[in-house]
Amino acid sequence: MSKIIWLIPLMPFVGSITLMLFGKNLRRSHIGYLGVSSVGISALLTALLAIEFMQNQEVLETLVWTWMQVGSFAPGISFYFDGLTLVMMSVITGVGFLIHLFSTEFMEEDPSYARYFAYLNMFVASMLILVMADNLLLLYLGWEGVGVCSYLLVGFWYQHSANGHAARKAFIVTRIGDTAMALGLLLLFSHLGTLDIQVLMGKASQVWEVGENIPLIACLLLVCGAVGKSAQLPLHTWLPDAMAGPTPVSALIHAATMVTAGVYLIARTHGLFLLAPDAMIVVAIIGVVTSLMAAFTALMQTDIKRILAYSTISQIGYMFLALGVGAWSAGIFHLMTHAFFKALLFLGSGAIIHCLHHEHNIFKMGGLRTRMPVTFWSFMIGSAALAALPMTSGFFSKDQILLQAYQLPDLGPGLWMAGLLGALLTAIYSFRLVFVVFFGEANTEPDKDTEWRMAIPLSILCFLALVGGYFTIPVVDVFPVTGGSHPAHWVEYVSISVPIVGLVIAYFVFLNRRINIETLTTSSFGRGLGNLWLSGWGIDWLYDRLFVRPYYRLANLLKSEPVDVIYNAIVELNQLLNLWLSKSQTGRLRWYLVSMVAGLIILISLASNLGPGVLQW
Amino acid sequence: MVMINLILILLVGGLLAMLSERLDENMPRKVAMAAVLFDLIYLISSMLSLPEIAQLQAPITNDPSTWLMHFKANWIPAFGISIEFAMDGISLLMVLLTLILGAVAISASWTDIVKRKGFFEANLLWSLAGVLGVFLALDLLLFFLFWEVMLIPMYFMIAIWGHENRGYAAMKFFIFTQASGLLMLVSILVLSAINQETTGVWTFSYFDLLNTNISEQASYWIMLGFFIAFVVKLPGFPFHTWLPDAHTQAPTAGSVILAGVLLKTGAYGLIRFAVPLFPQAALDFSYPAMLLGAAGVVYGAVLAFGQADFKRLIAYSSVSHMGFVLLGIYAWNELALQGAVMQMVAHGFSTAALFMIAGSIQERLHTRDMSQMSGLWHQMPRMGAVAMFFVVASLGLPGLGNFVAEFLILLGLFQVNVWITVIAATGLITGAAYSLLLMQKSFQGEINKKWAESKLSDFGQREMMTMAVMIIALIFLGIYPQPVLNIAEPVLHSLLDLTALALPSIAEAKL
Repeated sequence: MSKIIWLIPLMPFVGSITLMLFGKNLRRSHIGYLGVSSVGISALLTALLAIEFMQNQEVLETLVWTWMQVGSFAPGISFYFDGLTLVMMSVITGVGFLIHLFSTEFMEEDPSYARYFAYLNMFVASMLILVMADNLLLLYLGWEGVGVCSYLLVGFWYQHSANGHAARKAFIVTRIGDTAMALGLLLLFSHLGTLDIQVLMGKASQVWEVGENIPLIACLLLVCGAVGKSAQLPLHTWLPDAMAGPTPVSALIHAATMVTAGVYLIARTHGLFLLAPDAMIVVAIIGVVTSLMAAFTALMQTDIKRILAYSTISQIGYMFLALGVGAWSAGIFHLMTHAFFKALLFLGSGAIIHCLHHEHNIFKMGGLRTRMPVTFWSFMIGSAALAALPMTSGFFSKDQILLQAYQLPDLGPGLWMAGLLGALLTAIYSFRLVFVVFFGEANTEPDKDTEWRMAIPLSILCFLALVGGYFTIPVVDVFPVTGGSHPAHWVEYVSISVPIVGLVIAYFVFLNRRINIETLTTSSFGRGLGNLWLSGWGIDWLYDRLFVRPYYRLANLLKSEPVDVIYNAIVELNQLLNLWLSKSQTGRLRWYLVSMVAGLIILISLASNLGPGVLQW
Repeated sequence: MVMINLILILLVGGLLAMLSERLDENMPRKVAMAAVLFDLIYLISSMLSLPEIAQLQAPITNDPSTWLMHFKANWIPAFGISIEFAMDGISLLMVLLTLILGAVAISASWTDIVKRKGFFEANLLWSLAGVLGVFLALDLLLFFLFWEVMLIPMYFMIAIWGHENRGYAAMKFFIFTQASGLLMLVSILVLSAINQETTGVWTFSYFDLLNTNISEQASYWIMLGFFIAFVVKLPGFPFHTWLPDAHTQAPTAGSVILAGVLLKTGAYGLIRFAVPLFPQAALDFSYPAMLLGAAGVVYGAVLAFGQADFKRLIAYSSVSHMGFVLLGIYAWNELALQGAVMQMVAHGFSTAALFMIAGSIQERLHTRDMSQMSGLWHQMPRMGAVAMFFVVASLGLPGLGNFVAEFLILLGLFQVNVWITVIAATGLITGAAYSLLLMQKSFQGEINKKWAESKLSDFGQREMMTMAVMIIALIFLGIYPQPVLNIAEPVLHSLLDLTALALPSIAEAKL
């Protein structure tokens, strides 16, 4: 098994290439089989690998070939496999397989069926390379690869310019982070002479002391990359717009896998971050602030996918918080459970959109509880897990994060309280969604119900979202041990009860309507705040004014090539000279005679003044 | 002799192509294609028969006998002018690139050129012959001769077969190159004269002139003469303004040759002459040169973003990409130089392909204005997919050649100057911005009503074959660039050794 580990990313890659080259000539059913089975085989191989790993706990390193070699710079196309890789691979291939299966029904009527699966398979291949890479350059290959696939899939329905705009925004905003990350790679290589992650971590701890500047800068550059990819402040603005893509894409790329790449990156390079405690604090604060910011925004959204998008941003904020406080395995654990319940929620919303004539507005839905039972239960379970109600998967992972955050000296209780506020908001907005969409009056009638290809992935994900919390992830050997003592019992009780309070509030506000928030929302302050949250705190507006428009203006200003002014001046000077000199050619003999004589006089007087030596013919 | 034959085949092929038009109107393109492919096969077979190619022995830069090939015959012995050709790994790579892209250019001209087909193919081949001469000649006057030879046919190609504003563009191209070429000629003459003063013999041979003893100040000025000539060609900021006009107005095949090959002669000249002949002066000048490179990266990217003309956008993207080459060369370490060589090859392919796509669009829509396009993917999905591939290649997607090049350059540059690296790295962001905008405006978006009714033909077999060559090349360079790196490596090592010998201070610092 260990010998053929490279087959796992290769399968979807081959699937993708086949679909790109021959997709036109294949029947739709065959396209579906090909697209789903390539990822299915990878999932199967990953499962076999997992069984083997559970038995022998063996870390694998495989060099397929040396990518390039210049002097001592010799990154390989080489894979590294340990418990962390296994968790990521399982999520990618497992959830990925379910989403592919779901897609065969969701995209059934799309004319570009083959193109869709070609992109989606390519994405899975790139994502696998990202998590399996043993050096940062190969990781970067996967990193950019998933970025391009995300771009292609967000803009999949390319005939609407708005989708193209969203796709470009997603790519360019993340590219800003990626570029900083590339600089981080340059910095690390020039100081440590390698990009091999394990060697790098080892060398870093030998060369640098804790708290030195260079590892701090390197870590912050990597954080920039992570922040871009994982849609954290200040580079989160692309994710809500990225919802323009097909909904299964949002489930796979923008919820379960790609957006968690930043979390993976930081976890994978934790050895470096341990040398830069300041960078870790930055990560924790980014996480907490982002999760609060996004949770407030999610409260006000009306588009079902945007609610989920902001909730994803918010949940990844929790993962960042976990990483920042050194709760590595809790962060990865939350990454996994989040992949389950958020994929579930996105696929559920996909089912609604699919059956409800592409309706996105939750206030135009309503009463779907009885009409779409599978979807209803998916949402109930998914939202419960998202809100971290006790015994769901989200509860276990989020609880771990909050408790470990509390134990951090100095900042700990503050981070914990902010995290709790976020948890309260999460419960409110997720059950607002459930109550508005599935209860009350029906506003739109579904024209179909989900078939098995949608229902089965939903059911499996329901199961995972419920029991995922009881899994143990095999990362004991990957991360240093954290969190020795247990916090006081009241801390735990508070952590458990906050989501329930949120659920109750949502119930009274949106379903039972015992609490009337109308006076609050119609007051000028309430409206202003609401609009601010609706627009995502106006950050898009700000960036538009600060960066986008000035760049357009600059390009507009320069587009007619100002440098040419210099050359045009030279040309004009020549033409002017030509004009002057040609004026002397009057064609009049008298004028020529005068100028000749004048020239002669000047020459002779010059010669006589300069002395006798000059006039020696 | 092999090297002379390589050039002769193209010269004669051009003549035959021109004459063959009398037999059949469509004959010239076939003759031209045959000549280029024959040249390519001839080159490869004679490379394989060389004993050195197997182990790629390290050449000593100033000892021609250690090079892959060397040929010298007297031409004007009174002035020490000789017919001297030599080939090392870098010239080999450039010659290969020239011939492959030459075939691509002929394929691009297949249906694009409708009048005076024979004379067109002749000009194309003669221009390629000039380029080969530039890459192979190592007598400086001979080098200068070829420098001019490649210019004149290109001038004709733009002036006769170009688009609406061809006269202006051709003239601008000619004057920029000619004026800067004059500076180089003066530099060559002065260099040789100084050498004659100390040694008493006239010579223009590169290998002799490498050992010239020049005062620091003189070498700085002579170096500048070379530098400007090469940077105009590259083109580097602020000498680039001829390029957008020339590219935009040239026929597709002309743009392919211009962007794919002609620009590389500038980079080649810098690596071969401007730095090794004057190591100290080049070092003194490296900081401004790198600043110009970084300025080109940023400036080209911003201007590309502002363009409405498909070809002009690609032209400015070349300015940006070639800025990386300038940075790589003046960082002058192994990583950066390998990156520069790689960029020359990868950019050759990616830009040639994009120009071909631009030409195909113009052939079908009779416009290059992107505001007239939009939604072309729907009608020409194959062209759209190919365009997408080259666009992501050009924005530096890892796994494709351009990324390897740009990353190596940045990696090498980082050791030399961190802040210039940071500025250059912003090119990765702005590069994405203009590349994706190009895609959006032309192939994506709502289908333009103007073309909805008309039948636009997608890429056919010939075009897809041509594109496939370049796609495979870029993937290959992206995931296994080692063969190219290996060919360039011994040459770069010996160049670095040579300049390190001249600059003891550097050698110490590097250790």
